[in-house]
Amino acid sequence: MPAVQETIDRVRKIDVDQYKYGFQTEIEMDKAPKGLSEDIIRFISAKKDEPDWMLEWRLEAYRRWLTLEEPTWARVHYPKIDFQDIYYYAAPKSTPGPKSLSEVDPELLKVYEKLGIPLKEQEILAGVQKTDAASEDEEISDNVYKSGRVAVDAVFDSVSVVTTFKEELAKAGVIFCSISEAIREHPELVKKYLGSVVPTSDNFYATLNSAVFTDGSFVFVPKGVRCPMELSTYFRINEKNTGQFERTLIIAEEGAYVSYLEGCTAPQRDENQLHAAVVELVALDDAEIKYSTVQNWYPGDAEGKGGIYNFVTKRGDCRGDRSKISWTQVETGSAITWKYPSCILRGDDSSGEFYSIAVSNGYQQVDSGTKMIHLGKNTSSRIISKGIAAGFSQNTYRGQVSAHRKAANARNFTNCDSLLIGDQCGAHTVPYMEAKNATAKFEHEATTSKISEDQKFYVMQRGIPEEEAIALIVNGFVKDVIQQLPMEFAVEAQKLIGISLEGSVG
Amino acid sequence: MLEIKNLHARIVDDGTEIIRGLNLTVKAGEVAAIMGPNGSGKSTLSYILAGREDYEVTEGDILYNGQSILEMDPAERATAGIFLAFQYPMEIPGVATMEFLKVAMNEQRKARGEEPLKVPEFLKRVKEAAASLSMDINMLKRPLNVGFSGGEKKRAEILQMKLLEPKLCVLDETDSGLDIDALKIVSDGVNALRSPDRAIVVITHYQRLLEHIVPDSVHVLYKGQVIKSGDKSLALDLEANGYAGVIGEAA
Repeated sequence: MPAVQETIDRVRKIDVDQYKYGFQTEIEMDKAPKGLSEDIIRFISAKKDEPDWMLEWRLEAYRRWLTLEEPTWARVHYPKIDFQDIYYYAAPKSTPGPKSLSEVDPELLKVYEKLGIPLKEQEILAGVQKTDAASEDEEISDNVYKSGRVAVDAVFDSVSVVTTFKEELAKAGVIFCSISEAIREHPELVKKYLGSVVPTSDNFYATLNSAVFTDGSFVFVPKGVRCPMELSTYFRINEKNTGQFERTLIIAEEGAYVSYLEGCTAPQRDENQLHAAVVELVALDDAEIKYSTVQNWYPGDAEGKGGIYNFVTKRGDCRGDRSKISWTQVETGSAITWKYPSCILRGDDSSGEFYSIAVSNGYQQVDSGTKMIHLGKNTSSRIISKGIAAGFSQNTYRGQVSAHRKAANARNFTNCDSLLIGDQCGAHTVPYMEAKNATAKFEHEATTSKISEDQKFYVMQRGIPEEEAIALIVNGFVKDVIQQLPMEFAVEAQKLIGISLEGSVG
Repeated sequence: MLEIKNLHARIVDDGTEIIRGLNLTVKAGEVAAIMGPNGSGKSTLSYILAGREDYEVTEGDILYNGQSILEMDPAERATAGIFLAFQYPMEIPGVATMEFLKVAMNEQRKARGEEPLKVPEFLKRVKEAAASLSMDINMLKRPLNVGFSGGEKKRAEILQMKLLEPKLCVLDETDSGLDIDALKIVSDGVNALRSPDRAIVVITHYQRLLEHIVPDSVHVLYKGQVIKSGDKSLALDLEANGYAGVIGEAA
């Protein structure tokens, strides 16, 4: 199995500070003054050249936010955030907004090259194919790279710097651009859908995001269209003391299909940085949205210093009948993760899925899970969560499954497994279930296991060294979820998990 | 090939001494059977040979090809050619047997400075080995040992042994849980591995297995010591008369 092999090789090469995306780029930035006020929001809105309605929307959210309290119910601990000590807008001077590839600052392109993100359409088209030795055996060829074309929206601090394959996608009727551009170019769509899944009043961080969001992606797949390629957004935080407030909106009209992936990294710093995103998905009748995340924000150092606070609200609305939304997440980064990608199953016969792998090591804290809100008839949901805790980390699954009284025949299956490596870490499962309809059927399974000495000894007895033995067992543990990822990213995700667990064996 | 000298070992957790001055020599090409009543330390001996950390060697030494292996971890011992067929093989969920075999074989190759096996060559070897043990190749797509019957697990152990080509094979109660047909297949598999440069240590309760894998020497383990050694007739004697006589002699 090449992936495990590569995990092993990579893990070996990497020293104690294993985070390989921790570099910082010196680039001249255009920033808003530090702190948060109505003036700052006007500044952001003006920078983005937004229409008045957008500014009003932001200001209204801001005023509401001032009345809200920071939530404390999650099982995470951190010093109080000083919201006046953050920069809310930072954009590279040279590239204040998305341009064509030839106009983008070469320094920025170098950043993405270093991160391994393909931005040059030509190269992608030329097909730099990474194909492993072909094999007749399915199990072995499982992880073989498929050459695939992926359209990328690259967001650097507060702005999208480039979006690839836009023209080709436009031919199919698909709109893929930064949210800032969408506000200017497609105001009718943005007005109709923005805040319709996560209202500005939703929660402390979502409300903050609504006031100050700077960039993110916008996807619109019209009726009956199957998006011809994978879409993805790559978020990079670079600037110090800067919060990133990503806003993403994906709409799949009747019968449309889209698969979208987001990735993210940040430099290694001693200070904590805030990433507060809102992602909204809307699926109309018979539409399907598959949303995958590989989250690799800087997790902090071995002593727990620094790292990203990842406080994110993600929600999908299965608004149409027979619609489907599927969340897959691989969470390995961030000092603190607070994230519950959810589905509102409004349409009859709609279905929601949540597949998650959350790996925590060092002093990371994860409180993540999902909400499946069954409103329509014959709706179904499936939750598979795999938490892996190592080091001194705390890893909590928090999930809510509810059936409205009209949600006849609602079905849910939940499976939460936790794996502990070492004895200083913790795994917690907090499921809430509520059925107001007698025909609802909810199933919940949960296990917590430790990588047993027996298993490790057995694997090592076959000549597989300790770190590799753990990587092998862990990769087996998460296999159900890895299989849900787009093929191109499954291998990356496996490697990432191996790297995240580096040093977990004492 | 294997020399165990005055070995004393105890359980790390509670300090219970299990092996109490054990001496045993097994030469290359030899098949040695270790027999003994329950609790005599047979399985413990196999774990200690393979390097399990729950046991601590307090005295004596284990020499493999003249070198002490006490400082080597289980993976290093395996790579050096020591293989343990487990009495209770572990389940590894989510890891296809085929995948596991490939990782194990290539890790050992890497440790020896050899190139990883090419996929067609790997498949060829696996298919041949599986066929010789009457194993369905489709079974190897399933996660290792997960949901395998007792017999399937034991076959999978012998399959791994064949493919990894160890120099010292330790079989811990390989006959337990096998019906007579499976016993025959597994024994044939082990016999096929007999070679002048390989030693096989068969740990068993019963003479039954030794009818199929005929040993060159038989050693009786009792209270952590080898109390009697002999040829294959010793096993027959034990079968007929039980351990009491031998234990009585030693006492």
